[in-house]
Amino acid sequence: MWMYILKRLLQGVLTVWFIATATFFAMHNVPGDPLSNERAMTEITRANLEAKYGLDQPLFTQYRIFLVNLLQGDFGISFVQENREVNDIIREHFPVSAILGVLAVIFAATGGVLLGALTALYRNRLPDYIIMFLVILGISVPSFVVAALSQLTLVTLNTAVGRTLIPVAGWGTIMHMLVPALVLGLSTMAYLTRLMRSSMLEVTSSDYVRTAKSKGAPPTRIFTHHQLRNAVLPVVTVLGPAIAAITTGGFVVELVFAIPGLGRYFVEAVQQLDYTVIMGTTVFYGAFLVFMVILVDVVYGFIDPRVRLEK
Amino acid sequence: MSDLSTADFQPLEIGRESEVISRPSLSYWQDAWIRLKANRRALVSLYIVIGLLAFTLVGPMLWTVDPARQDLDQVSQPPGTDRIATVVAPYEPWFGDENLPGQGLRLAEEATTQVVRLQWDVLPGANGHRVYRNLFPVGPELAYGIPLAEILNNDTLYFEDRLDLKPGNYFYSVVALGPRGEILDEYETLEVDIERVTTVAEAIDRNLVSADADIQDGDQIALEWHPLGTDYLGRDMLARLMAGARVSLFIGIGAPFLFVLFGVFYGSVAGFMGGRADQFMMRTADFVVALPFLLFMIVFKIAFGIGPGESGVFPMLVAMVVLLWPATARLVRGQILQIREQGYIDASRLLGAKTPYLVFRHMIPNTLGVVLVTLTFAIPSAIFTEAFLSFIGMGVAPPTPSWGSMSNEGIKTMLTTPHELIFPAIFISLTVLAFNLLGDGLRDALDARMRNQE
Repeated sequence: MWMYILKRLLQGVLTVWFIATATFFAMHNVPGDPLSNERAMTEITRANLEAKYGLDQPLFTQYRIFLVNLLQGDFGISFVQENREVNDIIREHFPVSAILGVLAVIFAATGGVLLGALTALYRNRLPDYIIMFLVILGISVPSFVVAALSQLTLVTLNTAVGRTLIPVAGWGTIMHMLVPALVLGLSTMAYLTRLMRSSMLEVTSSDYVRTAKSKGAPPTRIFTHHQLRNAVLPVVTVLGPAIAAITTGGFVVELVFAIPGLGRYFVEAVQQLDYTVIMGTTVFYGAFLVFMVILVDVVYGFIDPRVRLEK
Repeated sequence: MSDLSTADFQPLEIGRESEVISRPSLSYWQDAWIRLKANRRALVSLYIVIGLLAFTLVGPMLWTVDPARQDLDQVSQPPGTDRIATVVAPYEPWFGDENLPGQGLRLAEEATTQVVRLQWDVLPGANGHRVYRNLFPVGPELAYGIPLAEILNNDTLYFEDRLDLKPGNYFYSVVALGPRGEILDEYETLEVDIERVTTVAEAIDRNLVSADADIQDGDQIALEWHPLGTDYLGRDMLARLMAGARVSLFIGIGAPFLFVLFGVFYGSVAGFMGGRADQFMMRTADFVVALPFLLFMIVFKIAFGIGPGESGVFPMLVAMVVLLWPATARLVRGQILQIREQGYIDASRLLGAKTPYLVFRHMIPNTLGVVLVTLTFAIPSAIFTEAFLSFIGMGVAPPTPSWGSMSNEGIKTMLTTPHELIFPAIFISLTVLAFNLLGDGLRDALDARMRNQE
């Protein structure tokens, strides 16, 4: 097990290095240069700016400096917002994204597991049809449309009530977080519901459930102890990709709901071609996603002894 | 049991007929088609997919409006509303009317899309006035809207609004200003219903009437027909949806087709070669899988910055192919490893079949079912990816329409003209829904083992 974790971690580091390198050279492949968007400037100004950002160095020296700084956890300074460190930007805006993401994951996981179990319990009856119909909708409607429609609903609701019951956009209180987190978690929840449903159906026809029934265990106990516990396992495996989906989905939701998270900041940096911010946040996001997937895999190994034996 | 008689136990006459297999033998694909036809949801989805393809390919031949043409008479026009314009005299300047009857904020004449003429009386305590326009009532938050004019004396008590007027309701407010130009609490507001008008010169200029037509002021003329309305630049929504469908479906179907094809090739080579080569090839695939997909799509897009006049469709296609092939490759490799051990492969080899024959005649055709299902499920996620990227402005470059970029433009005017968002959103959702359900159906029809797995 420890060898496996070590191997995965090494792979992760390699992946992050590749992401950093690819991002670095991608940024240097951009036509023109970072300063060409700026207002007309004199030769001296330009030279000074180039020196400030290290752009006067040869490409590989720049790359070496970039990597060394990266290893020390230094992402450099923003091009657009002068003298603002990328680290500061991440430190300030990532917690917002993280709160939103954690809420969305909690919502998606609990909602998905409960609804999935419910559909399996009421298989081929009305609740099953209704939930599965909603699930198909949740999978087919893009998140920005759901976000926009929920905003529209909120506006209508607030107008009907005559005061701001639930804020339409912005950030701050728990009321601000509720709707964006729901929207962000929705497609993942739909996906998990589907997974949970088929997993539950598989478990229901298993030998140990039959044994539990035949020895006279009460149905609620069979449901909670034998079915639910075993059926939840496959759901844990897809939590890694689900976290990735919610993280990148946050870009859109933060944009629509005007939430000051890192996702919105990243999209804005990309649109303004703020090179150092793009590089920094890409590497940060990349590392975050890669190690989240590894974490989920390792946790799964601890939960499910069968996986541990295979490794 | 009781209605059996001894006659039933007589041996049958020996003949060929009892041996005949009465059911015609079905190939794998015929069998799958029969099962797919029995699945109503999948069949309806198939019709929807065919309909969408027809909409994309045949639609522009039937609805030949240029998607880039701007109809400035009908900007952000919702579908199905009247499109009549009244002909009026050309605009002439106006400087208020001292003899205008009435009190408070009032209209000097009927409000039209040409001009709205407002006049008011001095508000209590005012040293000047500011005029605002909004689409919504002022409300308790005192949201006046966009400021149109600031008049820092009490002599001028009239204002002409000619700024980008559209038919519909506007709320005009006049707010009192203090001695230093600060806003006082005193205001008056007026709801104005604006009528669409045009002048003779404009109508001729925009080809609404022929140059020698006999039209008088007060006549009503019909404007161009836009069945699904227009967007914020006055472009025909239906034509743009068709053009956008071409981009969205080209990426949505083209990219999965290419990366699935590459995945099949890569996976079958790896699976067939086995050993070290297989190990190496699969480690490479693992590596690509571990890369965060959307982040790389964005980095890719920045790196291959789109020059002027380019649509950005091609870089997106390439990026998807480069990043998404490993899933199919893994799947096909697994299949090939299974098939390699099957009896019919040994039999074929015994009969003298060479490796290429084995691969192309036996192995790849036997993986096709799985591959087809993968392809069908890859299409909706590719369409989503395109929509996502275009929505955050990282996809196709304007003016090239795609459903994603149209949604992006539509969301800005969601509160006033929701149709600009709703139509592209419906198309994205419908396409994704149809391909998802079709994929479910295909999976059930093609491979019983994969049934009920997600």
